[in-house]
Amino acid sequence: MFENFFADSMTLFQGALAGLVFGFLLQKGGVTRYSVIVGQFLLKDFTVLKVMLTAIIVGSVGIFGMRAMGSEVALHIKNATLFGNILGGLIFGVGMAILGYCPGTGVGAMGDGSRHAIPGVLGMLVGAAIFAEVYPFMKAEVLGVADLGKATLDSVSGLSPWWFIALMTAAGIAVFVVLERWERSHA
Amino acid sequence: MSNLLKKERWSPYLVGSGLGVLSWITFAWMGKALGVSTTMVRATGAIEKLAVPAHVESNVYFVKYLGTAAEPKPVFEWQFALVVMLFLGAFLAARLAGSRFREEVPALWAWRFGPSKWLRYAGAFLGGVILLFGARLAGGCTSGHGISGGLQLAVSSWAFFISMFASGVVTAFLLFGKEGRDHV
Repeated sequence: MFENFFADSMTLFQGALAGLVFGFLLQKGGVTRYSVIVGQFLLKDFTVLKVMLTAIIVGSVGIFGMRAMGSEVALHIKNATLFGNILGGLIFGVGMAILGYCPGTGVGAMGDGSRHAIPGVLGMLVGAAIFAEVYPFMKAEVLGVADLGKATLDSVSGLSPWWFIALMTAAGIAVFVVLERWERSHA
Repeated sequence: MSNLLKKERWSPYLVGSGLGVLSWITFAWMGKALGVSTTMVRATGAIEKLAVPAHVESNVYFVKYLGTAAEPKPVFEWQFALVVMLFLGAFLAARLAGSRFREEVPALWAWRFGPSKWLRYAGAFLGGVILLFGARLAGGCTSGHGISGGLQLAVSSWAFFISMFASGVVTAFLLFGKEGRDHV
């Protein structure tokens, strides 16, 4: 029944290596902790925002930089099925505030010792099962609404991606400076 | 170096930069983008297949990721290996610092909903169901959309990121109120 169960060993080695580093970083960042995630949504602890924005800025500079220097680095853009992206995001936020983890940090939290992350991850499997059953409906009624295809901010605007990277970096640094000051004055 | 590895918490800017550099490596060397939630679909499909193989093989969503009986796609592929080792990476990071801790009911939850372990487990389970349903509808989660998609300037990912953040803030305040901030 499970022919072809495993991918080739090089692919698995690469995935394993990426996962090991990913999990290590998430735990060291504190984002495998319930209090840090829910603290972010209660606008008290801004660790999640700092980690994510920094990752996005550093990641984009490197990947667009490599492409600009002629490296053939393929992009992996997800379809902008906007109604689905937004509705899914709203549903995701409700679940994440209740669980206190997202999928990656939930798996990491189990490694970090959290017991309640275990029913959380089991719930994720059930959520996937339910979605698989309603997928034909979603595909017909939701995912086709406002479908822009593999749209990016640069492709939609016709501007160079570097404008957006510069804007993200400047906005990110401004947000970080304000947050650090605010945290110091409220410490 | 060994002092750094034993340190309990790293600066969020260091961790974020590390995740950014990890993305360079997965994009350039592995030809992949960091993500987690598709693995939940593959795992669920494989488990369901043990009980109801015909149902899984005829479900278009499972076929999309696991293939058909004639042309099966690997269940345990790049991202599956990533998710399994993510667990170990977090475990090692916590063990090296001696900071691993067994949490059954978080303090904030206990303050709001009481100390019952089973009520918290039920809440966590429900949260997980809702969360992953939303992730699959949106086409990704905090890593696939949030980090990988955000850094590629994908419209889909920024739409997801902003809506999930806004919804998380509203839900958290509805659940715990302003007073909850004193109990995090």
